[in-house]
Parts: sequence; structure tokens; C-alpha cells
Amino acid sequence: MKKREPRIGVFVCHCGFNIAGSVDVNKVKEEALKIPGVVYATTYVFMCAQPGQNLLIEKIKEYNLNGVVVANCSPSLHELTFRNAAEKAGLNPYRVEIANIREQASWPHWDEPEKATKKAIEIVKITVEKVKKDIELKPTTAPVTKRALVIGGGIAGIQATLDIADAGYEVVLVEKNQSIGGHMAQLSETFPTLDCPQCILTPKMVAAGSHPNIKLYTYSEVEEITGFVGNFKVKIKKKARFVDWDKCTGCGACIEVCPKKVPSEFDLGLGKRKAVYTDFPQAVPNYPVIDPDACLFLRKGACRLCEKKCPVGAIKFDDRDEFVEEEVGAVIVTTGYELMDKKEMAEYGYGKYPDVVDALEFERLIAPTGPTFGKVIRPSDGKEPKSVAFIHCAGSRDPEHYWSYCSKICCMYIAKQALLYKHAVPDGVVYSFYIDIRAGGKGYEEFVERIRSEEDIVYIRGRVSRLFQVGDKIRLYAADTFTGEKVEVDVDMVVLAMAIRPSEGTFDIVKKLKLATDPYGFVQEAHPKLRPVETLMAGVFIAGAAQAPKDIPDSVAQASAAASKVVSLFSQDVIYHSPIVARVDTEVCAGCGLCRDSCAYDAIEIDLKKKIAKVNEVLCEGCGACSAVCPSGAMTLTNYTKHQIIDILDIATESWR
Amino acid sequence: MKIPYYPGCTLKNTAKNFEVSSIETARVLGVEFEESPRWNCCGSVYGMARDNIMHQIGPVRNLLRVREMGGHEVVTLCSMCYNTLKRANNFVRKNKDKLEVVNAIMYLENTTYDGSIEVLHYLEILRDRIGFDEIEKHVKKPLKGLRVGAYYGCLLVRPLDAALDDPEEPGVMEKLFEVLGAEVVDFPLKTECCGSYQTVSEKDIVTERTRKIIDTARDMGIDVIALSCPLCHFNLDRRQKNALEKYIDFKTMPVLYFSQLMALAFDLPLDVNLFDKHYVDPLPVLKVRGIIE
Repeated sequence: MKKREPRIGVFVCHCGFNIAGSVDVNKVKEEALKIPGVVYATTYVFMCAQPGQNLLIEKIKEYNLNGVVVANCSPSLHELTFRNAAEKAGLNPYRVEIANIREQASWPHWDEPEKATKKAIEIVKITVEKVKKDIELKPTTAPVTKRALVIGGGIAGIQATLDIADAGYEVVLVEKNQSIGGHMAQLSETFPTLDCPQCILTPKMVAAGSHPNIKLYTYSEVEEITGFVGNFKVKIKKKARFVDWDKCTGCGACIEVCPKKVPSEFDLGLGKRKAVYTDFPQAVPNYPVIDPDACLFLRKGACRLCEKKCPVGAIKFDDRDEFVEEEVGAVIVTTGYELMDKKEMAEYGYGKYPDVVDALEFERLIAPTGPTFGKVIRPSDGKEPKSVAFIHCAGSRDPEHYWSYCSKICCMYIAKQALLYKHAVPDGVVYSFYIDIRAGGKGYEEFVERIRSEEDIVYIRGRVSRLFQVGDKIRLYAADTFTGEKVEVDVDMVVLAMAIRPSEGTFDIVKKLKLATDPYGFVQEAHPKLRPVETLMAGVFIAGAAQAPKDIPDSVAQASAAASKVVSLFSQDVIYHSPIVARVDTEVCAGCGLCRDSCAYDAIEIDLKKKIAKVNEVLCEGCGACSAVCPSGAMTLTNYTKHQIIDILDIATESWR
Repeated sequence: MKIPYYPGCTLKNTAKNFEVSSIETARVLGVEFEESPRWNCCGSVYGMARDNIMHQIGPVRNLLRVREMGGHEVVTLCSMCYNTLKRANNFVRKNKDKLEVVNAIMYLENTTYDGSIEVLHYLEILRDRIGFDEIEKHVKKPLKGLRVGAYYGCLLVRPLDAALDDPEEPGVMEKLFEVLGAEVVDFPLKTECCGSYQTVSEKDIVTERTRKIIDTARDMGIDVIALSCPLCHFNLDRRQKNALEKYIDFKTMPVLYFSQLMALAFDLPLDVNLFDKHYVDPLPVLKVRGIIE
């Protein structure tokens, strides 16, 4: 690179009053002009707006600038904006740097204008120093495999899969259960319009099962994912099914003849299934699997009735787990939620009372597809409960003991469950203990209000402090915070709206993909408002309750959004990657491997023959951990070289020496 | 095994039955309670004010007495004493500067306290040192057919750093009564408040609490309630008199210390239990259940 005299322009943004309210922007401009190499400086009220960007382009051309410093907000917000603008003016985008004088000067020192201004000037000075030594770069490129992987076959996963497949790309959908459908398939009816999931979900399941672009792996789990955006390799474990699905016709003869019954996972243990089973009658695919922990032949070596009965010889007792590999360019995580275990709640009896059920169990008890075909009975004695108490926020909104967050959907589904119960047991009494009713959503408030007023449901604002069994009743101690009175009531049955937690599969995938999570274990989105379906890992997207507690409409919307992100990624033939990556000076490197051990992205390999480190430029995220740890100085991060950092430190400490 | 023992005021008066039955049952198990000399009030309620050092002096001085005996731990019976001593001990262990102040105030003492004494409850000795299997070996007359509900109140299990068991669902007494041969009834109100010191000025509150706890116990089919706190005992036993006056349908229920049940199961002479100190006489129900003749 030929040596050039620096011709740097400094653009100081007011950000309305956000910066100009405490930082004297004109003084910053004047001080900037005194820095050697700065040939132009100005201020503008909103640099990020179109006129501000135009000003930047104009001045780059007018002053023939070869470097730009924009003093404004955090680079995570507008670095890209100004780099793109500079490119339009013919300046290499990597010769543009952001001096963050908002988050780092004006905001923390809003009440100390002099200090804020001094700090802003220092930040501008060091940024100018960095730009002087920034080299011109071009983004690296990599090809894109135009196939997607969706992990989790609940409603979010199904929706995302269908959207991508309909756009003409192949999708691999992996689901750990025998059938896709997820929790939605377990529900009775869905708020606020009360359609049954059979009417609105099963058509989508069938579509996913028969779509030419969709490859379904149910009863399978993602074992390992390697690679990077556009180029992931996925190892999938197909669990031993003991039924050859290529031969099986789904006639169900094996299920009919199987003598062994065990509690059904789909019915949450309230009903039974056979040892050879499908999750539910509308399962997709409708081929059964054999549970090796229940099957009499696989456990004790006797029976084989299903094998004799199967007309096509599909029973395969010597089946083994199988591993397949798939190549994909993008991943959507839709691993969903689980309810917090009621056994964790001491005040509600640690799960020891059979008639204290969680909301999903109650959902099965009122669902027409449930073990009782929608007849409401209580688990202990099979009697119809004449009084039911619903407890909102069991484990949610309780930072002292459990989880601080709101589980979001409980206010709505409790209203729905209360309604369905009242229709099934018209002389039944319903108590609903709540903190406050959160019915934000289209048609939600009207739904809850209609049920409250028309269905004679006793809503009591107050929490239940304790419950216990007395005879065949459950006694509740609670408070009515409107009247300030203590409430004591005996009911036949209690439904706990347990907190929504990330599913086990979510915790598992988070580890395998090294995704960031929030403090509760939900997958962290890249930006809570502006990048809600992306993760910080390029090419990995999220949708549904794996990201936060969410109802069906939100999950579906998010799934379609994630699908459209994937489709737009696939619309490019190559992907661009930031060139701010680590580089190795092979003359100096001794191949010690410390850099490899410090890399969080598995981007460094050691060439054992040549004894040097090699950086995969597409995997490298430019964090600089390797360059900090390198004992010989062979590893440097582009545009963050040791020379640059020392120069910056010199300038930064100037006024303190 | 000898262990320093801190009695506290009630154990010498209203809860003499608790003390005698505890000392005697411990003796059966090979544990000798050595009463600390010149003990003073435990402080009675743990001082919650962070700057009220004076409040910590009472309990800490008692620990100093144990130190002077050459002991490194002290056993308590009363839940209140246990809680106050343990929390004061935790406080000075965590705040070395405050311990210095406490020691400075006690300048007339021969030694200073260093935070090294371990505060234990008799139930912890039974569970962790002796073990339930060993206790079972000493049971001569199993409490067969006696339906017992354990009652912990607050001070044994709250707050967490002074708790000897799960604060919401403690189970140490239940395990003890099981090896004594009793029929243990899961008592859901075992950590409910007894009304505590309200008993002095707001008798009605405590009477109402007592009625609720005893009535619920009766609904659960419980014969006797067993506990470890003299104040709970006072409220749940003596306030039954007020409950009888106030609620026409109220029926009484004997309230015992866990050590009294041990004494019965170990077949110790009946007088170690000092049943005459009880308002509700336990003898009738014990006779009905065949525990005593």
C-alpha cells in the first residue's frame, strides 16, 4: 500500500439534544480541526438522516477525504450507515470510524457538560488516530448452500418450514417426537377465536408432511452442527424406531394388538398409550415407533405380537440409532417451551396432590381429543369437579423465589379454560386468582371481558399463599387485595398456570450452536426491537417460544419473519463477511496453539506440519482474543494492530501525563 | 458424647417439660447436655437493625460462655434461642468489624469471642450426629397408632441462613416420628405462624391462629401436634382455653414437644414429661391409642 498523507474529515452529530445537550459540539469541531491530518470538520443536527449522509458524501468529494470520523452514537447502530454512505462517495468503507460520544460521553455525563465535552474531544482524537492507520479492505465472500434446517416441529417450526419450502428452497425439519405438531396439538381450543387445533394445525402438518421441498426427520435429534453461515454441516441422530417406515403403511394393526400400556407423554401421563405408538391419531408422519423401554419383547424377550400381525413385515426389532449428515446454509431454532414443573413449588404442595394439575394437563382434560374425550374429571377419583380454582402466575412474576418474567399467555388461556369448563360443567364454580389481567392482543381484552361478565367466573385479585388437601377437597389460603380480606376456599380441583420455561431441547441446541441466552435460558435475539428473529450467530435464526413466552399468533408471525430472513439470505449466491479478521504473520508464528484455545468461534486451526496457525476468515468474528493472547505478536486483528493501539493509548493518555 | 447446652429462660419455667424430656432422651442416646455456666437471656428476638450492636451482645456473650467451657459448639432446645444465637453468630462472622465492637463493649470479660462456636439444635444432633437408624434401636414402645402432626412454626426454618431444614417443606421431625413408630400425618400448616408475641397484647389474633391450626389438624385426623418451640407451645396449648371460650364448636387437642414423644417411645418414666404443665392433658388420647396404660 502506498503511503498517503492523511486527509481526514470529522463530522460531529448533535443527535438532537442527546449529544448537544451536554457536549459542546462546536468546541469538539474546533478541537478536531487542530488535530494533524484533519482537513475538515463540521457539526450537524442528525448525521444519520438523509441530509446528514448527503453532507458526508459531498464533503468527502469536495475535500478529497481519505478517512472519516463520525462522532455520534454507538457503532452498533450506525457504523454500517456511514460506511455505506462513504462507499457511495468512492471512499473505502473501512476508512470510516465511529467516535461514540453519545453512550460514552454525553449520556453518562449529562449533568457535567465540561467533563462530557472533554471526554468527547478525547474520543474524537483517538478515533482520528485509528483511522490514520486503517487499511482499505474488501469483504470476504463465501458460497451459500440454499437449503435450510429447522429444529423443532411445533407450530413455529412448521410455519417457518412451509414458508421456506413454498419459496422454492429445500428444508430439513428435525423433530424429537414421533410426530410434528408440538404443544399446539395438545391444546383443546385456541384463544381468542376458539378454533380447535385440529382444524387449523393438522392441515399445516399434512402440508409439511407431503411437501416435495420438505425433508422430515421426526423421532430424530440434532447431534452436532459445525460450519458457518451459508455452509453448515448437520449431524442428525435418527433414533431407533423398530418400525421400517419405508414399508409401513400406517394401518395401525400393530398398535391394536400390542398388549403393553404405559402412560402417554402426549397426554402428560393422564392417559395411556401402547408400547408401539404414534403420538396421537392425527400424527404426521402417521407411522408408529416402538418404545424400547416399554416393549415386552425388547425388555423381556417375549411377545412379538406386532411382528406377527404386521401385514407388510415392517417390524424391525434389530433397529439401531442411525446418523445422517445434511448440508444447509441457514438454521432456524424453534425448540419451544415447557411448563415449569409443579414439583418445584413448595407452597402449592410440591406436586403431591393429584387434583392440583398444571394448565397443560387441564388442557388435555378438557380437549375432545384428550384421554377423557373432553369430559372433565379430576385425576384422583375420576369425579366431575364441581369447583375449580385457577392460579395465575405460578412461578412467574416472582423474583423472590422463581422467575421474574411474565409468562404472557396464561391470562388468556385461563379465561379460555374457565369458559370451556363452564360449558362442560354448567353448575360448576370457578375461582380465578390473579395479580392483574394482561390481555394485550387483538381481540384479547374483549375475549376476557366477555368471559368474566357472561360466565359467572369469580375473579379474585390476589395470590394464593398456600394450598393443601383436606379430605377430598383442596383448601386454598389467599388474599383479596381489593377488599383487603383473607380468602379461604375449598375446591375440588386446582389448575396452576405454571411459568413457561425454555424446553430441554432449547437448552441443548443453545449449547450445540453456542447461542447467547437471556438470564432465564431463552435464546437471545440479536436486537430486541430491530433484529428480533436473528441471533448473534450469523445464519442462525429463532422463532416461537424458544425466544420468549409467546402465543400462537406471535409464534407464527415470528416464524414467517425468520423464514423470510432465510429466503433473503438464499437470494444471494455468495455471502459477504466482514474483513476485520485476525491474520497470522507466518514468519513469526510458532504454532503454539494458544490462539486456537482462546477462540470462541473455532475459527483457528494449527497446521502441525508447518507449525503455524491458520484463521478461517468466514468463521472469525474479529473479537481479537487471539491477538491479545499471542505471545509472539504473530496474530494481529486487521485495523486493530498493536501499532494502532499503542498510538491510540499515547493520544488517550496525553492530557493525563 | 458431652455437649455444651444453652437452656434459655422458658426451659427453666413453662417449658421445664421440654428440658427434662430432652436431657433424659439425649442421655438414652449417649449424649450428655452440659449446661453453660452464667448464661443470660438469648436476646429473645434477633435484632434486625444493622446498627443496633447492643442487641447482638446478649447472644454473643452466651457464645463466649461456651468458649470459656472449652466447647466449640452449643446445643439449644428452644427454637427462639436457636434462631437468635445462630443469626447473631452468623452476623458477627460476616461482619468482623461489628464483632470487634461487640468485644470492645464486653471489655470486662476475660476473653474475646472469635466467631468459632457452632450453634446447633437438638434436632440437628438427632439427625446428623446420632442418626435415625440409631434412634430406632432405642425405641422400646413404638408409638403405634398415634397420629402425629409435626409443627415447625417459623424459627427453625427461617430465614434460610438459620434454617435447619427446607423452609417450605421441612421433614426432620416427620422422619423422627416415623422411627418412633408413630403414624405421621403430613400437616400442611406446619410452617404457619402461631401468632408469636401477639399473645401478650393481642390475644384474639393468637386465639384465632390456634383455632385454625388445631381445627385443620383435626380435619387431617391428627391426634397430637408435636413441636419444638416453647412459644408455639404456649400459644397452641394455652390459647386453646381462649378458643374454647370464643368458639362454641372448638375441640381441644394435646400439643407435645418432640422430646416428649421420644421419652414415651423410649419407655422412660412418665414423670420426665411433666404432663401437668400442659393445659390440654395428653393422657386421655395416649391412653385411647394404647401408648400408655
